[in-house]
Amino acid sequence: MVPKITSYTEKVLDHFQNPRNMGQMKNPDIEATVGNPSCGDVLKLSLKLKENPKDKTNPKIEDIKFQTMGCAAAIATSSMTTVLAKGKTIKEAKNITPQEVAKSLGQLPPIKVHCSNLAADALKKAIEDWEKRINKCS
Amino acid sequence: MKQENIYLDSAATTRIDDTVLKRLTKFMKEEFGNPSSQHSLGNSAREEIEKAREEIARYINAEPEEIFFTSGATESNNLAIEGLAINPENSEKKHIITSKIEHPSVLETCKQLEKGGYKIDYISVNEEGIINTRELENKITNNTLVVSIMHANNEIGTIQPIEKIAEICSKKDVYFHTDAVQSFTKLKVDVKKTNIDLLSASGHKINAPKGIGFIYIRKGTRLSPIIHGGSQERRMRSGTENTPGIIAMAEALKINRNQKETERIRDKLIKEILKIPGSRLNGSKKERLSNNINVSLYGIEGESLMLLLDKEGIEVSTGSACSSHKLSESHVLKAINVPEMYINGSLRITLDTIKPLTEKQINFVILKIKEKVKRLNDISPFKLNPLEVKNG
Repeated sequence: MVPKITSYTEKVLDHFQNPRNMGQMKNPDIEATVGNPSCGDVLKLSLKLKENPKDKTNPKIEDIKFQTMGCAAAIATSSMTTVLAKGKTIKEAKNITPQEVAKSLGQLPPIKVHCSNLAADALKKAIEDWEKRINKCS
Repeated sequence: MKQENIYLDSAATTRIDDTVLKRLTKFMKEEFGNPSSQHSLGNSAREEIEKAREEIARYINAEPEEIFFTSGATESNNLAIEGLAINPENSEKKHIITSKIEHPSVLETCKQLEKGGYKIDYISVNEEGIINTRELENKITNNTLVVSIMHANNEIGTIQPIEKIAEICSKKDVYFHTDAVQSFTKLKVDVKKTNIDLLSASGHKINAPKGIGFIYIRKGTRLSPIIHGGSQERRMRSGTENTPGIIAMAEALKINRNQKETERIRDKLIKEILKIPGSRLNGSKKERLSNNINVSLYGIEGESLMLLLDKEGIEVSTGSACSSHKLSESHVLKAINVPEMYINGSLRITLDTIKPLTEKQINFVILKIKEKVKRLNDISPFKLNPLEVKNG
């Protein structure tokens, strides 16, 4: 079957039309941008962290915002990734997989599955950058 | 009350016209005979097909025996190029010239022949999408079989100087084929005056049904069939004739098309959309089909815009990578050097020439485009700075 964009699920369309946690953040603790305009999608994540008294190397994601240039699937997966990550510790958030993002949206058309990689990758990249920075300083 | 959808994708396909539909159903339900049958039902179908052939021939100033019906323009384009290539009399000529912005039915046929040892030259186009005729002339050798250049482009609506191209081909004694799918009924063609050897056209772009098209093949052209069977269409294209489609396509030529009003609406839409910061027109301002609008918007993606407009009942098209089956950006927008930040943010609006939009519809479309672009700008990480607005 040739996948068509009309096969977006209601949940994908909901997150596309009403994206959660969308926008810019003032003084974020971490930022990461992934993607390439010539491919049609670029995603920017900004995170604000809150110290975790139990484990100083594993703070919690207090707030997260995204900005995306991309198709409906790219915007919906960005939105869903922020929903999944918010409130989690960074170690938990690092383990959010593209599959989990896609599954939380119900289903993505086969040709759009790579969009969920982009969002999960951005989150992973942001956290890894932060970890590198912390390791350097300590 | 639910608003009626506003269909703005006529370069993809058109709604069938009411009179055309009446003819179509008549030849499906009542006059359904096979034109090859010897009884009167068959005979009357044959007569009507030949009438349609004459009408179509007259429309482009060809002879009736130069018109062959096909399943559509993809088949016509395949037949034009492949049919020349496989003709034994052309076996010495292994070079084909086309352009970078042709329809896939031309490009893929060329690629297939390339695998079989043909040399293909893809002529470049300028930023408006007009081919470089000097480059074309320089590429023609004794080995060149055919030059295949579209009359007008399906994505950006750019009209090619086919008179000049035909002149070059005629002078150099190579065949000239033109894919006239988008221009047919919008631009006048005279195959004798312009010296065209082969021309492809399609029914469903001119308010006739899908699955019917034709090819004009100038008398004496050394072309072999690519579909074999019961020798219909004087052996050039076997298979039972699509009588209802043929008759409907000829009927569609009689519809009154309002080019002036279509152009006025096109220009108004272009003018209004270009007021949006970070917008640019793709293609030519002057050499443009009456019904084509193609714009790009900075930092947003076309599929998103298309989908948001679809939710408002406005049906458009985009050349963005995400919307294509191959996930690659439009080869046409790439060929005209659309900048990186614009290439996936294209919006194509193609108007119907028989039922122009009302002022109310035009204003609604403009309002919704502005609203949706603003929305996607808010979501995008790329914000325009004033410098980029100027350059865009």
